[in-house]
Amino acid sequence: MTTECPVCGAQLELIEGTVVGELIECPECGTELEVISLDPPTVKEAPQEEEDWGE
Amino acid sequence: MKIGLLHSLIRKDEKFLIDEFNAVKGVKLEMLDDREVTFNLGKDRFEFDVVVERCINHSRALHGLKLFESAGVTCVNTYNVATICGDKLLTSVALSENNIPQPEVRVAFTEESALKAIEEMGYPVVLKPAVGSWGRLLSKVNDRDAAEAILEHKTILGSYHHSIFYIQKYVEKSGRDIRSFVVGDKCIAAIYRTSPHWITNTARGGLATNCPVSDELNDISVRAAKAVGGGIVAIDIFESNKGLMVNEVNYTMEYKNSIATTGVNIPQKMVEYILQVAEGRK
Repeated sequence: MTTECPVCGAQLELIEGTVVGELIECPECGTELEVISLDPPTVKEAPQEEEDWGE
Repeated sequence: MKIGLLHSLIRKDEKFLIDEFNAVKGVKLEMLDDREVTFNLGKDRFEFDVVVERCINHSRALHGLKLFESAGVTCVNTYNVATICGDKLLTSVALSENNIPQPEVRVAFTEESALKAIEEMGYPVVLKPAVGSWGRLLSKVNDRDAAEAILEHKTILGSYHHSIFYIQKYVEKSGRDIRSFVVGDKCIAAIYRTSPHWITNTARGGLATNCPVSDELNDISVRAAKAVGGGIVAIDIFESNKGLMVNEVNYTMEYKNSIATTGVNIPQKMVEYILQVAEGRK
């Protein structure tokens, strides 16, 4: 499964076992991306940190 | 057995957990994205044996847990644990009530009374938002000038909850503290978090190395976990000249950097415990 980084346009390989919602990093530009669909494979920029994020 | 996983973004921590659940025969894992889930109060009929909370947002975790528990679903961790651990003031009260060593803590509600408390404690102290994580907005206050400035800024710039002044005596920790992982009745692993900065969170660049689990560390970790209601929690611990002291307890613990470091399959231990809870054995 391949898709395109929405930031730099690099081709991304989604490995087997990838799930919707998973965070991945673009190997070219380092942008943190969220997988929003597996069929078709689609990613978008991950949300920015919010005030109540944490453990 | 049907397990619900309440989540938002799937980080490596959640991915490890998903892989462990999928490796267990007879377990059906249903993903519950907190950005999509809705609740219908009094009418929801969920069929989960247990819901595992792994939200990134504290507010969603807290309210999601309350709603699932209200609908009769067993949750790990519980709403009560999330409530206490999500608020440093409530955590400190729970630790104090259970005689668990912690740094001196004072609480005040106005700039003036907070300054008075700080002066009585002596410098340095650390001002923390009662609700907050990843080391955000912590202030180490070294003298009166800094205290006055920070208290004024917190009062004017912060929302109302920044005017609940949680003041902790600064503990000199020689560049490191301990993060221990408790699952049920046992401290399963621990790491040292080392940093030249006084904030040692790995989210802020602290370096993780293995910390052997001594009887003393196991004892204080499990006692702290029980004080906040038990379950699966991570305890932040200072090594002071008076012995180990509990700094904070985290209820949606992050462990991805601690599996290889400790050699302990932390998500596997978590899944074993969660399944025991689901079966009513815990």
